Amino acid sequence: MAALPGPENVMDLKGTAILNMTRVILHSDLNNFYASVECLYNPEIRSHPVAVCGSQSTRHGIVLAKNNIAKQFGVKTGEAIWEARSKCPGLVVVRPNYMQYLRFSMLARKIYENYTNLIEAFGIDENWLDVTESTRLFGSGEKIADEIRRRIRYELGVTASVGVSFNKVFAKLGSDMKKPDATTVISPDNYKEKVWGLPASDMIYVGPSTRRKLAAVGINTIGDLACAPPGFLEKHLGQWGRTLWIFANGYDDSPVTRLDFQPCVKGVGNSLTTPRDLCTDEDVRILTYVLADSVAERLRRHHLKGRTVQICIRSSDLAFIERQGQLSHYTCTSSEIAEKALEIFANSWDWSKNIRMLGIRVTNVVAENECGQLSFFDDEKRLRREQLENSIDRIRSRFGHYSVQRAVLLKSGELNANPVEENVIHPVSFFR
Amino acid sequence: MAKVFVEVIAKFTKDGKKVPLIIKWEDGRSFDIDRITDIRRAASLKAGGQGIRYRCRINGRETYLWLEEDKWFVESKT
Repeated sequence: MAALPGPENVMDLKGTAILNMTRVILHSDLNNFYASVECLYNPEIRSHPVAVCGSQSTRHGIVLAKNNIAKQFGVKTGEAIWEARSKCPGLVVVRPNYMQYLRFSMLARKIYENYTNLIEAFGIDENWLDVTESTRLFGSGEKIADEIRRRIRYELGVTASVGVSFNKVFAKLGSDMKKPDATTVISPDNYKEKVWGLPASDMIYVGPSTRRKLAAVGINTIGDLACAPPGFLEKHLGQWGRTLWIFANGYDDSPVTRLDFQPCVKGVGNSLTTPRDLCTDEDVRILTYVLADSVAERLRRHHLKGRTVQICIRSSDLAFIERQGQLSHYTCTSSEIAEKALEIFANSWDWSKNIRMLGIRVTNVVAENECGQLSFFDDEKRLRREQLENSIDRIRSRFGHYSVQRAVLLKSGELNANPVEENVIHPVSFFR
Repeated sequence: MAKVFVEVIAKFTKDGKKVPLIIKWEDGRSFDIDRITDIRRAASLKAGGQGIRYRCRINGRETYLWLEEDKWFVESKT
C-alpha cells in the first residue's frame, strides 16, 4: 500500500507551496462500537450474533449496534428487535451501557491525543485527526494509523478502521472501505481508482433522497459525481450539488477542529420519545415542562439566553413537523420557554394523530450578560423568575434532579424524566 | 477464564501512583506481590475487561492484575 507523501517529500518534489496544501488526515472509526464493548465484557457471547438494542418497554427497542456475526445474518442498525430476530433467531440482545461506551470513547481519544491536538469527534465512535505536522515525529499517515489501531486493539480490546487521506471526506470513505481493524490509504495518486468507482451513496451527506435524485440524472458513482458539471449539479440539488462535487473531486478543505476549540453554541434542545403515545393536551403540557426545564437548565449552565423557541413533533405514524416562534426578549427560564412552546403547539397540532416524540429547542442565543432591551413593566418579575430557577439548579446539583419538581410533573411518572443527565448529546455536524 | 474481582492492599505514592502490595484472594488467602515488572493500559480478552495492567511476580510466578476504574481484578482459571 502506498503511503501518502510526507510533508518533506512533497517539499522536495514540488516546493513549499504544496507543503501547505497537502494535509494528512486520519478518520478513525471504532468497529461495531457498542457491540464490541459488550463482547469484550461478556466473553461468553463473542461467538454468537449480538445486537445492542434499546429498551422495548420504553419504545426504544431498535438495533443500535451489532457484531459481525449478526451482520452476516443481515441484521441492520435501526431496525426493530423483532425484525432482527426474524432474520437471526439466535440473536443475543443486550441492553446498552452508555457510560461504559463514553469511557471507551474517551480512552480512544486519549490515544489520539498522543499524535495530535487536532481531533474532531463525529459521534461517539468516530474521529478525524489532522496529523500533518505529526508525520515529522511519527512517520507517515499510514504508520500513525497502524500504530493507533494496534494500541486500540491492545489497550482497549476493541478494533478500529482508519482511513488516511488528504481531506476529511476521503479519510472517512477510507475508514469505511476495509473493516474491521484495517488501514486504507487514499492518496492524491490513487483516489480516482479507489474512490470514483464507489456508489455515490457511500459518500458523506449522500443520503437516500440525494441518491435517488442523482440516480434520476444518471449519476450513480462518486466518479460520475466528480465528472458532472458543477452547474448541472447545482441546478438539480441546489448549493448541495456544488458541495458534493467538491467532495467527490477531493477538493474538501474543511479543517479538523482543534482539540481545545469550543464551537459557539447555536442552540440548545432536547427531545424525548415517550414510553407511550401522547394523546391529550395535558400529556403534552407535562412533557413540555420536562423538556423546557432541561433546555433552560442547559442554557443557564452555558451562560446563554435565547429568543427563538422551536418545537418538533413526530406523530404515531412517524410523520415529522417543526414549528417555531419568537419571544419578545431573550430568556433562560423554563416557564417562559414552556409557555411559548405550548402556544406554538396549540397553533400547530389538531390532534388528528397521537404524538410519539416531542422536542423543544431554543435558538438565536446570546451570552447571558449581553445588553438587551429593557421593559418598564415585567423586568423585575423576570429577574425573580431567573433567580428562582438558579436556586432550583443549585438544589438539584446538591440533592438530585428529582428533589424539586413542578407539581404538574407528578401527574404522570412515566412522562417525567431528566433529559439533562439521561441524554448524552454528541457532536454530529461536519460543517462547523 | 473468569474475571475475579479481588481485594488489594496498595501503596499510594507521593507522585500519585498506585502500587499494589498484597492481593487478598476470595477464599481469604493473601499473596504478597514481590515485584511489579510492567505497568501499562491493556485489555483482558480472556476475562473481559480493560484497565491499567500490572505484571506482578508472586512467589516466583508471573501474574497479571488489572485496575479497572476503581476495582481490581485478575484472570482466574476457575
